[in-house]
Amino acid sequence: MAEETFITGAQNTWCPGCGNFSIEFALKNVLAGLEKDGIARENIVLVGGIGCHAKIADYLGINSFYSIHGRTFPVATGIKLANPDLHVICCAGDGDAYAEGLDHLIFAAKRNVDITAIIHDNRVYGLTTGQYTPTSYMGFKGKSTPLGSFEEPFNPMELMLCSGATYIARGYTKKMDSLQRVIREGIHHRGFSFVEVLQICATYNNMTEYYKPRVYDLEGHDPSDFERACGKIREWDYNRDARIGLGVFYQVDKPTFGEHLREKEPLGGKDRESAIAKILESKS
Amino acid sequence: MKEFSTLIGGRAGDGINSAGFLVAQLFNRMGYSVYSYFDYPSLIKGGHNFSLVRACEKKIGAHRSRCDFVLALNQDSVDLHPDMITGDTVVVYDSYKARYENGVPVDIDTILAEEKAPVVMGNSCIIGAFACAAGIPWETLEEVFRRHIPKSLDLNLKVARRGYDVAKPGTPVPRLPGKAVPLLTGNEAIGLGLIQGGMDAYVAYPMTPTSNVLHFLAGVQGEIGISVVHPENEIGVIMMALGFAYAGKKTAVGTSGGGFCLMTEGFSLSGMSEVPVVVVLGQRTGPSTGLPTYTAQSELFFALHAGQGEFPRLVVAPGDVEQAAELSAIAVQISWNCQVPAIILVDKTLCEGTYSYAEDMVQVPRLSAPDEPAAEPYQRYALTASGVSPMRFPPVQGSMIKVNGYAHDDDGITTEDADLTIRMMEKRGRKGATLANEVGKLDAVRVFGNPDSPDVLLCWGSNKGVCSEVGGELGLRVVQPLVLWPFPEEQFRNAIKGSSRIISVEDNSTGQLAILLSRFGIGVDHQILRYDGRPFAVDELSARVKEVVSHG
Repeated sequence: MAEETFITGAQNTWCPGCGNFSIEFALKNVLAGLEKDGIARENIVLVGGIGCHAKIADYLGINSFYSIHGRTFPVATGIKLANPDLHVICCAGDGDAYAEGLDHLIFAAKRNVDITAIIHDNRVYGLTTGQYTPTSYMGFKGKSTPLGSFEEPFNPMELMLCSGATYIARGYTKKMDSLQRVIREGIHHRGFSFVEVLQICATYNNMTEYYKPRVYDLEGHDPSDFERACGKIREWDYNRDARIGLGVFYQVDKPTFGEHLREKEPLGGKDRESAIAKILESKS
Repeated sequence: MKEFSTLIGGRAGDGINSAGFLVAQLFNRMGYSVYSYFDYPSLIKGGHNFSLVRACEKKIGAHRSRCDFVLALNQDSVDLHPDMITGDTVVVYDSYKARYENGVPVDIDTILAEEKAPVVMGNSCIIGAFACAAGIPWETLEEVFRRHIPKSLDLNLKVARRGYDVAKPGTPVPRLPGKAVPLLTGNEAIGLGLIQGGMDAYVAYPMTPTSNVLHFLAGVQGEIGISVVHPENEIGVIMMALGFAYAGKKTAVGTSGGGFCLMTEGFSLSGMSEVPVVVVLGQRTGPSTGLPTYTAQSELFFALHAGQGEFPRLVVAPGDVEQAAELSAIAVQISWNCQVPAIILVDKTLCEGTYSYAEDMVQVPRLSAPDEPAAEPYQRYALTASGVSPMRFPPVQGSMIKVNGYAHDDDGITTEDADLTIRMMEKRGRKGATLANEVGKLDAVRVFGNPDSPDVLLCWGSNKGVCSEVGGELGLRVVQPLVLWPFPEEQFRNAIKGSSRIISVEDNSTGQLAILLSRFGIGVDHQILRYDGRPFAVDELSARVKEVVSHG
């Protein structure tokens, strides 16, 4: 199938130059590659939150659940538990995943549920026209913080490392090759894959000039070493000036959530009736 | 009419709930129909817990305010219930912890020490003494213990026998011809009903009074073949349920009012995305944390209006275990067939009350979805006459299955177009009509007592038990709507036809069912409202109703 068919006819309303175009392009290419490798598109489900990022659910021509703000991960978890053969991808924004729905992100990592999280981290609320987010740098002047935000950002990758994610990677919307690679590997990884994507917001937070000299590809890094991964993840804390690594920071193999549910199929008809009869008998 | 009421009281941690269950099982095996109410404060050890077990020749769903037997494992069991104890009450008590003149003392401490039994077996000991005092044969007790005590059976039996031997046999409880039946809590009946309705998965975060639906279903998940998940919070619960349903699994969630507050955004998403979910909403005394372990019926309006925007929903309110099983099974099916969220609105009295279960009274209909064939290419929100679009679940080759909480087009793609917004709102509106039509096929309003009486005693939920008994006694017509939304107006009007006076009974302070009826121009003449968290005893309500009837 031609990869163009991965795009629906929905009118695209992202701003010109928006980083979401790059993520859409990367994901579309990855999906086309998966299809070539025998993972048919009907086996993919995309779950979106609310924000500019989530419009990707309208634009990509695949199964999708356009959820509500902050709530991609529990929906994705339910889908995966219901049908473990599906590949479930969450596209969530930084406001979505790190503010409104942080609890769900941490628990998805803690459970190591076999889904892929792609975080469109533009470090600003775009659709609500420019407020600070959990990853905006200290002093960010947004519409809700005209004096500058008084909060330090947190490092979402560090948070994911201590929460139990088994695949932690970072991409950047202006480095297409490595972005596609970390998304593809994240989808192939068995367990909770966390792909943090530094994304340009062309209208409210265009950090192109800041990122350009600082990003570099991780080389010679052993992602199976927790301590080294931790050190690498802490190299840049989203606030002070430092080099910004791209690639896979951490990857280990662990049992995934709901594996034990796999063999079990709901009993229907007669079987269920006799099981109920047995339960009732035990209550008399 | 033969009937016996028993109070078992002690501190939290004394195993009062299970003792109440064992006493209920003794009467069950003696051929009685039983009902048991469990009263406990929100703590784990200490305080005062008590179970009221009423056994009767006929089927019942309420307690009485007088006791024939008291089993006192603490002094509070005697001191805090002066109205329930009369000169005829047989009081069996733990002589180390309580005193009661002319009662039956049992030196539980010494017996437990001699048998090297743990303190929690004090309840087995006092049950033994009670069985003797009530003239219940030892064999009956032994059978009940064998069937229902999973751990340390022999030691429990030994301790019970010591209790049995120290008591003096009193006037025996006569054996009745009835056979032992299952004793179920409302929560268990709901769980069974959900299973009978075809539920595939249950997702819940613990909260009184519905935690035991979660515990029950988690316990039987293996033998039934369902998934049971306990996520991080109630928001996670309802969203996970919608994920399950999107992938084709009929799913229910359970909570109380506080948890349902957190679920409402997801509930509205269910309405907009047309991904069905069933919510078991167990009411307790509010607002806020309120009385966490006591009852209420103050969330009718919450259930009717929860969630932003307008969308069709089903609200059912069972009043006993048979209705709980039946309506839960129906809710799963209708919610799925009509692709709407459903609420099973219950209360602590029903959830945690134990009832004799008459399986033959439960009729689970096999309902089917409106016949709307899917066209190609597939559209998740295809416009149909019934408003119900054919559901498909991934993976389906060649079908793109998109659900969406935004206003959307037939394909599930976001729109802000005015005409499309209207068309889709009207499509969901047609589902409301389809839903009302489904409700019309059900026996959605029940009448008990004297159907010709001009006086209607109106109730909903667990008050069905006490009202049907009081109405029967006083010769009134008792009317109970089982479905509260879409309100079965026609059936309700038939049920009250020819009446001259409606007296409503509700466990809330504003009369929410009466307010709902006023929307249909139906007036309630007298309201008997209770909002102290406690259910009505038969005698209490009878006195209140008599007052209204005689003074009009």
